[in-house]
Amino acid sequence: MRTIAPVVEKRWETPSTVTLRFDYAPLARPGQFVMIWLPGDDEVPMSLSYTSEGRKGVTIKAMGETSRHLLQLEPGTRVGLRGPYGNTFDLSPRRLLVVAGGSGGAVVAPGAEEVRRKGGSVTVALGATTAKELLFRERFTAMADGGLEIATDDGTAGHRGYVTDVAARLVKERSFDAVWTCGPEVMMVKLVRSAEEAKVPIFCSVEREMKCGIAMCDACAFGPYHVCSDGPVFSGERLRDIPDFGQFKRDASGRRVRA
Amino acid sequence: MADLSTTVAGVVLPRPALLASGIWGESGASLAAAFRAGAGGVVTKSIGVKPREGYPNPTIEQFGEWGMLNAMGLPNPGIEEYPKEIGQALAAGARVVGSIFGGDADEFAALARKMEATGVHALELNLSCPHAKGYGSEIGQDPQVLAEVVKAVKKATTLPVWAKVTPNTQDTALLAEAAEKAGADAITAINTVRALAIDPVLRRPVLAHGFGGLSGPAIRPIGLACVWKIYERVRIPIVGVGGITTAQDAYEYILAGARALELGTAVATKGINVFREVHEGLGRLLDEAHFATIEEAVGQAHRK
Repeated sequence: MRTIAPVVEKRWETPSTVTLRFDYAPLARPGQFVMIWLPGDDEVPMSLSYTSEGRKGVTIKAMGETSRHLLQLEPGTRVGLRGPYGNTFDLSPRRLLVVAGGSGGAVVAPGAEEVRRKGGSVTVALGATTAKELLFRERFTAMADGGLEIATDDGTAGHRGYVTDVAARLVKERSFDAVWTCGPEVMMVKLVRSAEEAKVPIFCSVEREMKCGIAMCDACAFGPYHVCSDGPVFSGERLRDIPDFGQFKRDASGRRVRA
Repeated sequence: MADLSTTVAGVVLPRPALLASGIWGESGASLAAAFRAGAGGVVTKSIGVKPREGYPNPTIEQFGEWGMLNAMGLPNPGIEEYPKEIGQALAAGARVVGSIFGGDADEFAALARKMEATGVHALELNLSCPHAKGYGSEIGQDPQVLAEVVKAVKKATTLPVWAKVTPNTQDTALLAEAAEKAGADAITAINTVRALAIDPVLRRPVLAHGFGGLSGPAIRPIGLACVWKIYERVRIPIVGVGGITTAQDAYEYILAGARALELGTAVATKGINVFREVHEGLGRLLDEAHFATIEEAVGQAHRK
């Protein structure tokens, strides 16, 4: 159930973000994740940033110790893979707004591409701390027939400020069938509110501590759900009944800490 | 349909299959969800004195449908933080069994007192985790040490005490006898079986910890043998655990001598609805055999 596969491509997307590609056959759908094992180190969940048949990919930002180690991998290094796990984005929207903050673009990009390929319209709001850290700027530009709007904290590109401001304006001014988002939880909480006010269904990809990946160990408990199997994609409607969202997460011991 | 309620050392369970310790038990919301999905009760994650992160990943390896290997390393939020999780499970109406693990009799006794204060209905002593240094089976393999722990806990609390014993020993029934003699009110058998997975490509153990505990259908015949032997040698009730996935599995454990059951790995492989499936099927099996209650069927495979 675990496949050992070498990294076949490595690409720096931003100064802190790397895409690793590997040949991994199991069928994957946009929104799903794999457990990627760096032998001798750790095994962590990573959403697939490339879900196409055969060659899959994950896009990693330097956050914790393990992600920093993953960033240092070179082609030829072998990793362990299991999955894909979790649910997927519903690909039926005809007019989609994608809101991606930080490395969140890695999670929403493959599904948005699918929507576009199926003839839907895609609009993207992309945020980062600074221009150089905008993830998948070209990839999003290529798919965003409805336009790409950018926000950076320091104003080095696009709107100076938060991507949530840009998104709030977009949902108010234009009509969408759905909003997809992935990014820091505070950002997603704000977006859920904006989308609800505009009466647009919203879907968030949520992150929690994860160990087993198969709804057994409870590390990713999220209200009465498990992010690994009931998620990672949750509708705004469901999130309303999950007290954890925007409030607390659990550390590796299961203690509640501020989200 | 046959009456599926059962009683273990004074604790009345509406249905016999409980959520086993270690599965879904880190959060109160999950425990409550398991109960709402049909579990007859829930056993908490094993709780220790302090918060514990457990081992790094990989912590599990799945062997197709037949087995699961894990070395989580007893992650838990610690007894000071955990009561709020238990409160949520109790508020949902669940029968809650508080599982605790300690390094010696004093630690167990202190944990037992604190666990009792949370309002749980019984205690389960983890004397059998096969992969935590200084805990679990390292303590519970020695009948004398096991007896000291049980005695200390009995002195510290008025709750029924279930001693969960390890199969990783010459004679599991000997441990059960020691627990009974020391005052235990029930025996839970078995915990996982010590095992190893090796990756042939990387030429190294898969789990970060190396050894782990095997669960799932592969260990069901081992669990059955242990329950069988224990039933012949102790009088206190037995809670059967180990690879139960179907109603027939549950029925076999009851025939071997179990009065209640725990499900763990099946929750991962079949989903939380496994409790409903097992209970419905068990009701039919008891009916077909003309047993009106679980009690009537307990140990019936021992008839000469």
